[in-house]
Amino acid sequence: MHASVCDIIADLVQNSIEAGASRVELDVFTDSDTIRVRVADNGKGMDKATLKKVVDPFYSEAGKHDHRRVGLGIPLLLQTVEAVKGKSDIRSELGKGTVVEFSLDSRHFDTPPLGDLPVTVLGLMAFAGTYDLVLKRTTLADGYSVSRSELTEALGNLEESDTLILARDYLKSQEDNLNH
Amino acid sequence: MAKLTLDDLRKLRDEKQKAMEKRDPSNKDAQIIVGMGTCGIAAGAKETFNAIIEELDTKGITHVLVRQTGCMGLCHSEPTVEVIVPNMPVVIYGNVDALTGKKIVNDHIINKHLIDNHICDKPAMDIVR
Repeated sequence: MHASVCDIIADLVQNSIEAGASRVELDVFTDSDTIRVRVADNGKGMDKATLKKVVDPFYSEAGKHDHRRVGLGIPLLLQTVEAVKGKSDIRSELGKGTVVEFSLDSRHFDTPPLGDLPVTVLGLMAFAGTYDLVLKRTTLADGYSVSRSELTEALGNLEESDTLILARDYLKSQEDNLNH
Repeated sequence: MAKLTLDDLRKLRDEKQKAMEKRDPSNKDAQIIVGMGTCGIAAGAKETFNAIIEELDTKGITHVLVRQTGCMGLCHSEPTVEVIVPNMPVVIYGNVDALTGKKIVNDHIINKHLIDNHICDKPAMDIVR
């Protein structure tokens, strides 16, 4: 099992980026007893047969690494969901994109903590390419939204260490000031 | 920290850029690439990534490109970090925890020395194109 929910998120969003998505939406909701996450992308999507296979840890997209035969992203999500009696749903359409949703009971003993969302999101914004990543973070009382495109617009670029640290502080200030 | 707005962020960037212009841009074209496949994530690549950008900021090193990438095929040595500095060999470091991440900034980027015991020769054979 991954150590934090953010690790699961990192895996899923990275899948979206590798699927060639130009836009990835990441919604994260928490209240006192729930962590709910939705990752939606407009990447290349999967047909029904492939969708069945991604739950298998010994399946990986052939071509990414020619001889690799493991793919643990989705299986690690499903393992966590099963262990803590959460819920998950994966929908995909070839050529249209993929939506992965899951919710976990944060009171369950084995539910991992949310983890460091600002640093996770910053890392996910630091891949090469021109994709947009939109984070919508909500609680019952509050919320904020940050996108890679608006950070790029404000900072000039997101690739150099100087701007990355500012982007991190920005993301952190949003998360730290969130009313729960 | 008070909640920042995008306008605050623009101001901070402008202040930083003015300060940066006075500094030596000799690290231009240096790149640090942190592997973040499932293996990297599980091994703590996020902490490594954060430690690297923090150390670059602390030491006032500007113009270094810091990026994330997927699995580099060295899952047994995660977190892995590729470092590209002009006039130095391209190196992939393995088992880079936060402390080693800071060492990469200080030894490799600033002092131009390679770091012992962390060098992986090259990406796994099935990933070499």
